Amino acid sequence: MTANQPTPALQHYVLHLADTHLILGQRLGEWCGHGPVLEQDIALTNIGLDLLGQATTLYEYAATLIADGRTADDLAFLRREHEYYNALLVEQPNGDFGVTVARQFFFDTFQQLFLQGLIHSSDVVLAGMAEKALKEATYHLKWSSEWIIRLGDGTDESHRRIQKALNELWMYTGELTTPAPYETELAEAGYIHNPATLRERWMEHVKQVVTEATLTLPPADAWMNQGGKTGRHTEHLGYLLTEMQYMQRTYPGMKW
Amino acid sequence: MVTPALPAITTTEQLWSVLGQVSDPEVPVLSILDLGIVRDAELHNGKATVTITPTYSGCPAVSAIAMDIRLKLLSEGVHDVTIVTQLSPAWTTDWMSIEGRAKLLAYGIAPPVEPLPGADKPFAPEAVVHCPQCRSAHTELISRFGSTACKALFRCVACGEPFDYFKCHR
Repeated sequence: MTANQPTPALQHYVLHLADTHLILGQRLGEWCGHGPVLEQDIALTNIGLDLLGQATTLYEYAATLIADGRTADDLAFLRREHEYYNALLVEQPNGDFGVTVARQFFFDTFQQLFLQGLIHSSDVVLAGMAEKALKEATYHLKWSSEWIIRLGDGTDESHRRIQKALNELWMYTGELTTPAPYETELAEAGYIHNPATLRERWMEHVKQVVTEATLTLPPADAWMNQGGKTGRHTEHLGYLLTEMQYMQRTYPGMKW
Repeated sequence: MVTPALPAITTTEQLWSVLGQVSDPEVPVLSILDLGIVRDAELHNGKATVTITPTYSGCPAVSAIAMDIRLKLLSEGVHDVTIVTQLSPAWTTDWMSIEGRAKLLAYGIAPPVEPLPGADKPFAPEAVVHCPQCRSAHTELISRFGSTACKALFRCVACGEPFDYFKCHR
C-alpha cells in the first residue's frame, strides 16, 4: 500500500482517530464552568481544546480521503451514532471529578505511547499531526497521573472514589489496544503499528502510577467491552451527540 | 473597502517586514515573527504565499492570525494571498526570537526557559522560572494550564505577585 491511498480501511481509521479526539474533547468541554476549582476547570477545558484541535486536523484529512463532498464539519456534526468509530472509553459520562481523571489517565497513557509510534508513520498527515500532538499529550499525561496519585493517596473519600472510578472504567480499556479490522489491515500493510503491541507498556505505566497512588487495578484478564471502533456504542453516545449536533441540526450550515 | 495609502508592496522583503507588524491576538506584544510561527513567505507577481505553523493544535488564535495576515496584506495592496498551514516540523518555543523573549518579560510574562531534567514525571518541577516583576527565582507553579494554551500560572513567593509563564514547548 502506498502512502495516503484512500482505501476504506484508511478512511475508517482516520475517522476512528478523529471521533475519539472529538468525543473526549466534547466530554471535557462539559466541565466548562463546573470544575472543582478554577485552575482545574481551565486544565480540563485546555486539554479538551487540544483534543478538538487534533480532531480538526484529522477530520480535514478524512474529508480529503472520503472525497464525497462532505466537509470536516459535516463529518464531525452530521453523522449518526453508529457511524462514529470512537473508543467506548471516551464517550463514558464525566461522573465525578474522579471518573473524569480516571478516564483521562487511561486515555492519556495510551495516547502518549500511540503517538510515539504514529510520528514514524509513512502517512505524512498522520505523522505531522502526531508530532504536534505528542508534545501536548505528554503534559496531559502528567496532569492526569498527578491527579490519580493525589486522589488515591489523599483522603479516605478521594481514595474510595478514584478506586471506584478505576474499577468502573476498567472494562473499557481493553478496546484501546485491541485492533479493529481496519487497524489489523493497515498494520499488516505496514502502515501503522498494531495497537496490541502497546498493551504491555500501557499496563506498565498504569500500574506504576496506580501503585504509587496506593490503589489497585482490577484483573488484567477481566471481561472487556468492545465495539465502539466499529460503531457499536454504549447508550451514552446518543445523548452526547444530541447535544453536540444540536446547532447544526437546527440551523444547518451555521457558522460562528 | 480598504484603500492603500501607499503603492502596493512588491517584494518578498517587504512582505516579511509587513508580517512583522501582525501581532499575536492573545499576546499582542509579540509579532507573529517573534512567535516563530511564520515558516516561509514569498511575494511574487502580486501573489503572496505565507506558510504558518500552529502553536498548539487547539489554539483559537491560529485562525484569527490567518485572518489578520490577510487583512494586513490587503491594506498593503496585496489581494492574492494564500496561507498554507504546515504541521511538521511542529512549532517549538525554541523558534521564538530573542526580541520576543525580551518583549514578553517587559510585558510581565516570564519567557520560556530550559525545563529541568525529568520535568515530564508526575510532580516534577517544571523549570526555574524567574518572577518578571522582582526577578526572584523563588516562584511556584499554581497551574500548568493558564489563561491560554501556551501559558502556565505561577506565583512569586518573594514579592507575592501571580504571573503568567510562557511554557517551554518542544
